[in-house]
Amino acid sequence: MKGLSVRLEKKKKYRWQGVLALICVFFVFAVAIYTFFYLRHDPTLTNLNGRLQGVSLQHPLGTDQLGRDVLTRLLLGGQQTIGYSLMALSVALLIGIPFGLIAGFKRGLIDRIFMRIADGFLAFPDTIVAIVLSGILGPGIGNLVLAIVMVKWVSYARLVRSTVLSESQKDYVLIALTNGLSMSKIMKRHLFPHIVGHVLVLASLDLGKIILLISAFSYIGLGTQPPNPEWGAMLNDSRPYFQSRPELMIYPGLAIVAVVLLTNMLGDYLRDRFDVKKEVQQ
Amino acid sequence: MIRILSRKFLEVLFFMLFITFVSFLFVRLAPGDPVLTILNVDELSVSQEQVEALKEEMGFNKPLLIQYGHWLLNFIQLDFGESYVTGQPVMDMILMGLPATIELAAGSLIVMLAVSIPLGSLSALYRNSWIDQVSRILSILGAAIPSFWLGLIFIDLFGVRFNWLPTMGRDGFVSLILPSLTLGLAISSVYVRLLRSSLLDSLSQEFIRAARARGLSEPRIFLSHAFRHSLPPVITVFGVSLGSLIGGVVVIEVLFAYPGIGKLVVDSIRQRDYPLIQGYILIMAIIVFIVNTCVDLSYRYLDPEMKLKERGTN
Repeated sequence: MKGLSVRLEKKKKYRWQGVLALICVFFVFAVAIYTFFYLRHDPTLTNLNGRLQGVSLQHPLGTDQLGRDVLTRLLLGGQQTIGYSLMALSVALLIGIPFGLIAGFKRGLIDRIFMRIADGFLAFPDTIVAIVLSGILGPGIGNLVLAIVMVKWVSYARLVRSTVLSESQKDYVLIALTNGLSMSKIMKRHLFPHIVGHVLVLASLDLGKIILLISAFSYIGLGTQPPNPEWGAMLNDSRPYFQSRPELMIYPGLAIVAVVLLTNMLGDYLRDRFDVKKEVQQ
Repeated sequence: MIRILSRKFLEVLFFMLFITFVSFLFVRLAPGDPVLTILNVDELSVSQEQVEALKEEMGFNKPLLIQYGHWLLNFIQLDFGESYVTGQPVMDMILMGLPATIELAAGSLIVMLAVSIPLGSLSALYRNSWIDQVSRILSILGAAIPSFWLGLIFIDLFGVRFNWLPTMGRDGFVSLILPSLTLGLAISSVYVRLLRSSLLDSLSQEFIRAARARGLSEPRIFLSHAFRHSLPPVITVFGVSLGSLIGGVVVIEVLFAYPGIGKLVVDSIRQRDYPLIQGYILIMAIIVFIVNTCVDLSYRYLDPEMKLKERGTN
């Protein structure tokens, strides 16, 4: 009894956190979309007379070492960082989920081949694959996204596969089969809803990691290339000016921390909501 | 035991063959002709004859498979060729950077252990106390703070403003402090929480009650029963997240201009120095294999049940 009461209490607390995280995430998205349509300043327009300015009405967060408006670049950078992360994540999902569904449901040769491939990919950690890929294909955000997709689809496919394997043993799938439902219908109607929760949890926990990876790689020059305003790249650009203007270091860093914190909170909330524990934790 | 090891080895060997071939193919097909890269190092204009001569010399006009075979043969003798940029043998360059990288990785691991073992143990022993709350907040924050930003802040504070520690290069022990601290703190957040939950799990097990009933002292119960039992999951995660350590090392090395193999590979990627990149890939594959095997072996030592299970199945 004691264990039960502790659990419920914990759940309640997370619900509050989750709603807050959800609202904030929507807010961030709204801002990102808003910037897409309305920009006060050109993010790449340099103005050497107005470099390293302080706070003013025209430039609410000042200007950077080339006289570019920091707020505009920060917002646009968010759009880039979050946008590319979401892109990588959704492509990985689009590849991973069908693969896992088929491998888990059909079994046999397809499954065995898949497991071999997955083991091969999993032997190599994601950061290494990202470095290797930008090494082979050259640095750039496209290749970085490709590397993330290459690493991440495997974990989704594996998650989906294991869920499908355990679900398809259950009676309701058997009944559906004996009722003459086609494979694709069983996958769509019965198995897919089951895996959505698991996948959503893993995806939201991954999003933060992907954002960190993209900004770190952009910082070391293997991600977005200048003058694109990505948060990591912004930190790299303005590094020589930190001593005189530490804000240039603070803003992009805080932006990354805030967004990753939010996605992690959202992931934790979803994990409790869908009650997924062991399978998702790597 | 040997069977498991040899199977694993074969798996990795096969995968490495695949990876090397793919990377070899890409390198040959990729934009940016390596011949031009070499000849353009001095930014001088090059004649067509020079290009042809160098192609002949480096064997680029032979069929692709033969080129690959040659390269593989050399690789087995640990000869990765020479760097396009410096002309030094790749193996020498990697061996020069490797000790620095290992030092940094070891330093970060020491910081990680020094932070996560006390913090994790204390927050498990005094569950929901203030120390547990503090460690919770720290690890939530730690999971969201990018390591390079933490490093930038450390550089700004301790290197520039207080001028206590060196922030660049590798010059004895002091130059290792800031990079190790940055990376160690960045990776420890995961382990604090993990050790805590794993310890809480073991502390609630029957054998702890049995040990108490046998009248063992609390420190003894904690150290030789609960702690040991909590290690396997922590080590699993360590094995899985080794990549984030290696990747983290790369970022930190670039940040602190630390001359390890991570900085070497990033520089070589920027300069399209393919032999060096391939050498790095292979060295990493070997390191990952060794660490994975060690992680596997450590389970058998830490978890006696595993050995019994294996004996039962074989």
